[in-house]
Amino acid sequence: MYRETQIVSDDTKTASPDVEGDLVINVGPQHPATHGVLHLVITLSGETIKKVEPHLGYIHRSIEKMCESLSYRQFIYVTSRMDYLSSHINNHGCALCVEKGLQIEVPLRAQVIRVLMDELTRLASHQLWWGAMAMDVGALTPFFLAFREREMINDIMEETCGARLTMNYIVPGGVMVDIHPNFQQRVREFITHFKNKIDEYDELLTGNTIFQIRTKGVGYVSKEDAISYGMSGPSARGSGVQCDIRKLYPYEVYSKVQFDEIIETEGDSFARYIVRMKEMRQSLSIVEQLIDNIPEGDFQAKTKAVLKLPKGEFYSRVETARGDFGVYIISEGGTTPYRIKFRSPGFSNLSALDQMARGGKIGDLVAIMGTLDLVIPDIDR
Amino acid sequence: MDVKPEIQNPFPGEVHPTPTGGVLVTAIDDVINWARSNSLWPLVFGTSCCAIEMMSTASAKYDWSRFGFEVARATPRQADVIIIAGTIVNKMAPILKRLYDQMADPKYVIAMGACATSGGPFFYNTYSVVKGADHVIPVDVYIAGCPPRPEALLHALITLQNKIKSGLTREQIRGDLKNPNATT
Amino acid sequence: MTNEELKIKLSELIPTITFEEGGQPIASAWLNVNVEAKDWHGFANSLKYNPVLSFDYLFCETCVDWKTHLTMVYHLESTQHRHIVVIKSKLDRSKPEIETVSDIWKTAEFHEREVYELFGVNFLNHPDLRLLILPDGWEGRNPLRKDFEDTINMVKL
Repeated sequence: MYRETQIVSDDTKTASPDVEGDLVINVGPQHPATHGVLHLVITLSGETIKKVEPHLGYIHRSIEKMCESLSYRQFIYVTSRMDYLSSHINNHGCALCVEKGLQIEVPLRAQVIRVLMDELTRLASHQLWWGAMAMDVGALTPFFLAFREREMINDIMEETCGARLTMNYIVPGGVMVDIHPNFQQRVREFITHFKNKIDEYDELLTGNTIFQIRTKGVGYVSKEDAISYGMSGPSARGSGVQCDIRKLYPYEVYSKVQFDEIIETEGDSFARYIVRMKEMRQSLSIVEQLIDNIPEGDFQAKTKAVLKLPKGEFYSRVETARGDFGVYIISEGGTTPYRIKFRSPGFSNLSALDQMARGGKIGDLVAIMGTLDLVIPDIDR
Repeated sequence: MDVKPEIQNPFPGEVHPTPTGGVLVTAIDDVINWARSNSLWPLVFGTSCCAIEMMSTASAKYDWSRFGFEVARATPRQADVIIIAGTIVNKMAPILKRLYDQMADPKYVIAMGACATSGGPFFYNTYSVVKGADHVIPVDVYIAGCPPRPEALLHALITLQNKIKSGLTREQIRGDLKNPNATT
Repeated sequence: MTNEELKIKLSELIPTITFEEGGQPIASAWLNVNVEAKDWHGFANSLKYNPVLSFDYLFCETCVDWKTHLTMVYHLESTQHRHIVVIKSKLDRSKPEIETVSDIWKTAEFHEREVYELFGVNFLNHPDLRLLILPDGWEGRNPLRKDFEDTINMVKL
């Protein structure tokens, strides 16, 4: 059944330059370096950037309106598709919010499995970030190396959850099925394999003179500006802001594992790069601590089939690979939410792009967008 | 066990040997179709989650350059096939049409994933999603899945190659209808 | 500062604000404050620059359509003292207007553009109020309002 859809005409508003001789160009929406469909309208004077204006909405799928007609078990699958590189963590945030409303106690085994899946997802997301950023800056080999490790994590996920990218594994009350018997063995093999590889990543790219010249001093944002722009995650921790939700407001078993919050104070692209590389090591150590100590027990708490949240407002925050993800549910007592708002980390990180890129050159813009690690469907929702 | 390995892409022609080399005696259409299908260059066009599976297909584990999709061009003027990986929304649809118009003939379209096929998980109660990329441009091959596995994408690429070789794509049918009495 | 101390301090600043209990059922409930739309800008200034409060991180700004009125919701956090407060402000449905806070917290610029296009709230003194996510031609149509009808695009389940 096909229905005619109304496609709006495409007369995009073109910005006119303020000064005679300035050039206004479009980058995107279809562009290999924008990590999705981001349309930037850049005002240039020569090759120096005077103003960057992001135009969003090319992947706006009206998720918030759609969730008003989905039940509390159904809307979680949609959030996997918002920030698809940290899909477990998005599901986790939604499940935490629903559990807050219903006051469900999640068993310890399910909590440990959830945190393990979260940290593996964070590793996979940072691996893809590393490969994509290197490809933008000009090095093509790291892209293939990153995908080699990412495929190992995808295989582990597929054996337990059934899918490689958008796995609807975390549900309100626990996890959907128990972990596969091979899970612990495969994760241990992955840990031994990855420990050498992460040193290889550092050897390849971090000490490279060309890479350092391209990223040091580029895209500076001060600590006050980072807080004012609402930045969070590794992009803000590169400027000295302490904002790791896992440390400030711990949820699940994060209060029981040892890991450091990585903070750098330089504020430029290289600092954000170093933060993510060190975070990969921290995630690996969390996985190492938990994989041998998964307690026995239930993997899902007993819940009703149809969930009804009581009247009220509930907010939960989790730390995705990009920053502070918030789920805000307003419920009127029915089986579907009255209003859902997803606070996406990329939306606030992107608003700082204008300030970071002014005064630099076009090549610097690509390096800055690489370190901000934007996923555009997360911004447009 | 004697199983003869199947030759994947046999050259569809007959070479008549002559003392100074060989003479190709075959229908030129078959040779052109064979050459075109074995070197299709895709356009870099990924909007959302399916783009990650497309990148996985491009990288070393499920390599698609074994089948001829070696270079992914960023500009539509140098690309042959556009793989629509991701949801198309009302704001993006004119851009997709413009990209398709900028591609040179012969061009092919693969709709990857449930969103590009029919709107996918965003079919009901959304005001901004185009329910299927074939409302905007004509599609040759559809792939199911959310997101489809890399093997599914490879199967679709091979299906497209077979479709071209057997002369059943849109341009070929249109060309046949225009010149029904052509001998080449 | 705990919720009780915050209540006292905030009532000193503007006597007309009211409090209500948050929706979270346990002890980590955040303090919810109702403020009039005309007092908002001055209140926001003191929230940020008062050294005892110093709410410098605006992490969520949105709007809710109750069928008789609209409500703006702001979630604020202080990176120094680590306390969180939720500010709500009722707006008239036929002419929703409120002062912008993008000169105080720079993240509000994008958030207010999004609320403008999805709900139709007019932000006074905003530097650049236009559509952000919706395509051209959708001015005046506010999709997230409860009375939004679109027979062409929406397929109802």
